[in-house]
Formats: sequence, structure tokens, C-alpha cells
Amino acid sequence: MALDRMIGFLPALGPILLFVVWDLTVRARLVSPVLLPLPGATLATLAQGLFGGTLLTDFGYTVLRTFEAFGIAAVFGVPLGILFGSNQRAYRSIEFLVDFFRSTPSSALIPLFMMIFGVTDLNKVAIAAFASILVIFFNSAYGVMNARKQRVMAARVMGASPWQIFRDVLIWESLQPIFVGLRSGVSMALVIVIVAEMFIGSDNGLGHRIIDSQQVLNVRDMYASIICAGALGYALNIFFLVLERRIVHWSGR
Amino acid sequence: MNSSLATPARPQQGQAASALRTPMDISIRGLTKYFVGQPLYDNFDLDIPAAKIVSVFGPNGCGKSTLINMMAGLIAYDAGTILFGGRGLGEIKIGYVFQNYREALFPWLRTVDNIAYPLKLEGRSKADVAHRIEALVASFDVKFDLHRYPYELSGGQQQTASIMRALAPEPDVLFLDEPFSALDFEMTLFIREKLQEVFMATGTTMMLVSHDLEEAVYLADLILLLTKRPTRIAEILPFDEARPRTIATLSEAAFIHTKARSMEIFQREVRR
Repeated sequence: MALDRMIGFLPALGPILLFVVWDLTVRARLVSPVLLPLPGATLATLAQGLFGGTLLTDFGYTVLRTFEAFGIAAVFGVPLGILFGSNQRAYRSIEFLVDFFRSTPSSALIPLFMMIFGVTDLNKVAIAAFASILVIFFNSAYGVMNARKQRVMAARVMGASPWQIFRDVLIWESLQPIFVGLRSGVSMALVIVIVAEMFIGSDNGLGHRIIDSQQVLNVRDMYASIICAGALGYALNIFFLVLERRIVHWSGR
Repeated sequence: MNSSLATPARPQQGQAASALRTPMDISIRGLTKYFVGQPLYDNFDLDIPAAKIVSVFGPNGCGKSTLINMMAGLIAYDAGTILFGGRGLGEIKIGYVFQNYREALFPWLRTVDNIAYPLKLEGRSKADVAHRIEALVASFDVKFDLHRYPYELSGGQQQTASIMRALAPEPDVLFLDEPFSALDFEMTLFIREKLQEVFMATGTTMMLVSHDLEEAVYLADLILLLTKRPTRIAEILPFDEARPRTIATLSEAAFIHTKARSMEIFQREVRR
């Protein structure tokens, strides 16, 4: 019993350890408090900012942009990926482009996007959507291409038409990789949104806030914003994992 | 609509049911299949009378599964014709049972919907589908919950479900590719008996690929023994023992003799 309770407590161990080390480091003056605030004070700033402070507004803007970018990427990336995935020749013809831009750090394209979209809110969403769509497209396409042949054969032997095979087997077979794509896609969207908020003139958002607090050495606010961005990324990942387990209930079984 | 499966199987009814079917003799002519430049089948001929269980047995790599896969339309062949009562594959109904039931059932559908899937493809009404499923459940004496997902069932239950799925549309020919090889002995016995019952009730032609000689002979009317590649017919042995065959069949002289003869031919072919 006691051991069971201990095991349930294990996931909390890492964070607690980090905060203790952090706290001791600052108290021992190993790092100047000007650069690193006390964890307690940082958490207090985080709580203040989120409950009635302006951090909540910035958090809201970042969430909104991430969802806009991710939404666009998912709406186009999944169907296009499935379409190209079910036509290998079509996929081969664009494979290089997809792989090339997937390997290009999307942040390298920010100046290019600035020339097209200007220093606008749309620009931040557009670059994040671009980065996200590649990941989603790629995973969806490979999901269809790598669908287990035997289930396709089972459907064919039962007399299913190519369309019925697509609708009843291929889509379902590729759901799991599609979710992998969606999960990586939303993380990618968040990363690029934060970067864009930092470097494409912005009045709000977590990225903007982090840079701003750094400029004026408001380190408590900076760390609070960083933790906030981290928590957002973590929560999005968990959300999609839970959704995936709900929908793709047969995965790994 | 033939729903003979709704009634418990009796040999007498079985004969009546098989007489009702259109004769579906299978004839294979000049079947040729090259595999990476090497002939696997070269001008292969085979005749299988309707309403028989044919066990396919032969050396490793001789293309037992490939043969039934070509017949079932799952693998393309280079030349030749395969006709079922003079008709092509598109004009008849077939059922197929895979060795690997785990990758043959659709895990996103509940087991009952898996079994109903081929019926839905045929565009049957809901009532009709429900009626057919009921008949199958009765005939297979299903004790497990069909509303579970396939992955929640045991291996034997999953294979039972895939056989029910294959039989649901009342196929003219049922292909079985090593259906027992991933099952434990108890489940193998159970499914073997069920297949025999179905056969006696419906007279469905069955082609069974097997790597277990006892199992191959036990179920078969004909044992198709194949050679090494390029594959030819080594011999077709009849086994005329009356049905239902039981555990006692396994120790009868005719069974032992047929099995020994099959083994002899098999070993001759392996050593060749």
C-alpha cells in the first residue's frame, strides 16, 4: 500500500526536484537573482498574471493563433495527405518538395513570409500553418500508404469496391498516423507562433511578452511566461494523446 | 435466400442443401505465375468437383497459399484461366479466412459489425443482416459477446468471428489459408468441427491450405498434394470417410492409410 502511494507520487518527483535545485541555486547566490528569480516568486507572478493579470491576455492570443494555424493545417493537410497517400504516383511527384520543406526550419522562412504577408497577424498564423501542414500532410500520406495490406485484401475479397476499401479500411488504418501528424503539427504550430510573436512586430502573445520582459529585465515575468508557454505545449500534447486513445481505441492492441 | 445455417446441421439436410446449389466445379487451365523471374506455376491445370473440401498440402514454398490467393483474386497471375462452374470470379461469391485473424478483422468495428460487413457491402436490409447474423450465431454456438471489439476477444474467438464473416454472405467457395496455425489445440478442434458442420449443412466448396497433415486429411474429401516449384500436382488422394467424422476417425484404418500415403508422396516430393 505504502509502495503504491509512492509510485503514484513518482511523476511529481522530477518537478519538485527541479524547483528545489532552482531555489537552492538562487538562495546560494550561484546565479544572480537579477537573472534568475526564486521559483516561488515566479509561480506567484504566473498565478497573478493568469488570474486577472495581462499574462492571461497574451496567453489567449497565443492559443488563438496556434489554433488558427493548426486548424488551417489540419483542414487542408489531412485530406490532401490522404488523397496523395492513396495515389503513390502523385505522392512521388511531390515527395521531394514535401521532404525539402519539412527539413527546412520554418523560422528560416519568416523573412520570406514577411515580404508576402507584411508585418501582420495573418503572417504569424500563415507561417505557423505552413510549418504545421507539412507535418500533418506527410504523416497522413504515409498512414494511407502503409496501411496493412491484409485488411485491404480482406475487404477486396469480400467484394468491396476501391471507394469502399478507401472509406471502410484505408481511412481507419491511417487514423493512428494521422493523429501522430496532428500531435506534431500542433506542437509545430505553437513553436512557430511563439517565434513569430518574438520577431515579427507584435503587441501581444507569449512570445512578445517573453522578449519584452527580457528587454526590461523583468525576469520574474519572463520566467512566468516561459512556464506558461511550456504548460500550453504540454497540455496540447496531452489533449491530443487522450483524443487519440479515445478515437483510435484499437491502437497497439 | 438460403438460410440452412439456421437449423442445426444434419448430414441428411446437408445433402439436400448441396443438391440445391448450382454445380460449381472449379477448373484451372494453363495457370502460369512467375515469381521474380522464376516459374512458380507453369501451365498448371486442376479440376475440383463442387461441394468438396479440398486440402492443399505440399513442400515449403511450393505456393499453396499463392494458389488459393490467385483463385480468390488476391494475387494476379501471368496467364491461364480459373473458372467456377464456367463463371469468372466476379460472378460468384467467395469467402476467405486468413491465417492471421488479427490483421484480417477490422479493429475499428465491433465483432458483430465485422461479421455483418460483407452483408452490408451486398446492400442487404438491416432486418436481413440481423436475421443472417442470428443464424450464424446459432450455428456457431457463439458464447462470447459479439458486441466487443475483436481485440478484446481470444485468438480462437477472433478466428471464429472471421470464419463467420467469411460465411455470412453464403459463399459458393470458401478459401482457408492455414486457419488453425495460430490457434491452440482446443480451439483448432472446435473450429474444425464447426467447419465440418457448415460443410454438411451447406455443401460449400472449401479449399483449405494446411501445414498439418492430420488436419488436412481429417477434413478433406480430396487431398491435393503439390510438388516443389515449378509446382505441379503430385497426386490427388480421395478420402471418402463418411461425415460427421469424429475423434474416432483419427484411429480408423482408412484415415491412417490416407495419411500415411500422403506422407509418402510428400516426402518423395520434398526429396526430389
